Amino acid sequence: MRNWLLPEYIEDVLPAEAERIEMMRRKLIDLFVVNGYELVMPPMLEYLESLITGVGHDLDLATFKVVDQLTGRLMGVRADITPQVARIDAHMSNNQGVNRFCYAGDVLRTSPDGLAQTRQPFQLGAELFGHQGIESDIEIQRLMIKAMKAIDIKSIQIDFNHVGIFNSLISKIDDSFKDSLYHSLQTKDKTTLFELIRTIDKKTADALCALTDLNGDASILDEAQKILPPTDEILSAINDLRELSHNLSDLKVEVCFDLAELRGYHYHSGLVFAAYAQGYSGPLALGGRYDEVGLKFGRARPATGFSLDLRGVVASLQPATLAMAIFAPYLNDLSLMEKIETLRAEGHKVVQELPGLEMYRKELKCDRQLVKDGNAWIVVSAPELMN
Amino acid sequence: MITIALSKGRIFEETTPLLKAAGIYPLEDPESSRKLILSTNREDVRLIIVRATDVPTYVQYGAADLGVAGKDVLNEHGGAGLYQPLDLKIANCKMMVAVREDFDYFGSIRRGARLKVVTKYVKTAREHFAEKGMHVDLIKLYGSMELGPLVGLADAIVDLVSTGGTLRANNLKAVEEIMNISSRLVVNQASHKLKRILLSPIIESFSNAVEKKQD
Repeated sequence: MRNWLLPEYIEDVLPAEAERIEMMRRKLIDLFVVNGYELVMPPMLEYLESLITGVGHDLDLATFKVVDQLTGRLMGVRADITPQVARIDAHMSNNQGVNRFCYAGDVLRTSPDGLAQTRQPFQLGAELFGHQGIESDIEIQRLMIKAMKAIDIKSIQIDFNHVGIFNSLISKIDDSFKDSLYHSLQTKDKTTLFELIRTIDKKTADALCALTDLNGDASILDEAQKILPPTDEILSAINDLRELSHNLSDLKVEVCFDLAELRGYHYHSGLVFAAYAQGYSGPLALGGRYDEVGLKFGRARPATGFSLDLRGVVASLQPATLAMAIFAPYLNDLSLMEKIETLRAEGHKVVQELPGLEMYRKELKCDRQLVKDGNAWIVVSAPELMN
Repeated sequence: MITIALSKGRIFEETTPLLKAAGIYPLEDPESSRKLILSTNREDVRLIIVRATDVPTYVQYGAADLGVAGKDVLNEHGGAGLYQPLDLKIANCKMMVAVREDFDYFGSIRRGARLKVVTKYVKTAREHFAEKGMHVDLIKLYGSMELGPLVGLADAIVDLVSTGGTLRANNLKAVEEIMNISSRLVVNQASHKLKRILLSPIIESFSNAVEKKQD
């Protein structure tokens, strides 16, 4: 009885969609590889401690857990690949300079997440370790934009912030208070923010309030410079943000800023960014700098990267359709076999019928067929095979 | 196109003046029309009429760009995917704990009693009592919470109180305030970024209209 039903928010990806996702994955991995990013394949599960360290800090509740029958220790199924790649950089790789890694794989979340509202996102991303300056941030951001263009995402808008601004403002504030401040800023909830900041000094309070309105095009950076306290950290953050628009201008994307966008401020340490596009109700790709995370794995390394969920990308597209194939009859004919293999080698999809199933030809999704013309097999259109 | 999600009744009535301040006039009245999508004087703005508890969901998934939702509803929803930039200061009331007039609420707490609580706002109630370190069993109801303590279903209720009239009429008393409730403007996060040029004038006029009303 109903044994075949899948759990909620867990789904099969069926032929047309699966092929589309796979083609996107190939394009993106190819892009990462030619940009010098080395592919890694971290495991599906590992000991919980290493999964929820650092970047994974906020992921404890999102992680499915199992007990390791060999050691009795608690293991987690990865909910995010980024911490795994950070672990690889800190431990497995002895490079002192730069490491560039990319990855693609399924992750599991205990509750539905992201654009696809799935518990099994397909996460794909690239991370750059070992360089501290804005140059590596720009490299990663450019790679993210190129990746989105490679899979035909149109009218892209990138939203930037620098968590140094918030961190500088709250440096003297009690830790227990930071999370509530973060939450009200993240949701631009001015009402709650006003209540929270009553107890802190006026200068900081005013600056925190101002953050909720500091979003929009590059002009808000000038405004930020006027309003916010001129500490070294804040000035350098604003300068970093300024430099971005200039360095991304050739990619023809819209660049925006939102100084209250603090996603993951626990581990992010510099520029953070999110990519939006027309027709998507949330961010398509997320990224940012997370220096010091490697320290938890034994080696502090500057790091920046981004990732996206391919299931989320396709969730808002028109349903995929499979390319139609060329129909080949079942015949013990060497010249037919040769022709089929030639066509396949050229990249055409050729489906050969199996004997006894002639009445189901229409199910084979073909719009052309191979017919014998004199001695040669040729491809002709076959409307009679289409449904 | 901008889609604004509103619920019928008090929220719609009290939001209409704010919409007018932003130059948006609904062309139909949801009370008399059975349509769920209402057009406005602006071709690029439409209103959708949904249940109050569903407003955050419509906005979260981008089915609406803006919405007006009570703090009570937002708290239950959790607020994922939403910005809440503006307190509209309409539909004001309080989320309260109430018990029968003859029930010794604070005495039971001191004795460490485990209370039964009926409420529509399970998440809010759970957080409130957890914060106080109280053991409670929550029973979810969809309406007429006031009945719970009267018929022995529960010791207390967690519900919205505006005048306290319903409580008094049913021999209940409010014993604890959980939070002030008013309606918030909620904005889909992606819309806030992608449709900033269209949305920010609306948000600004709302904000000015709210301020003017306070003065």
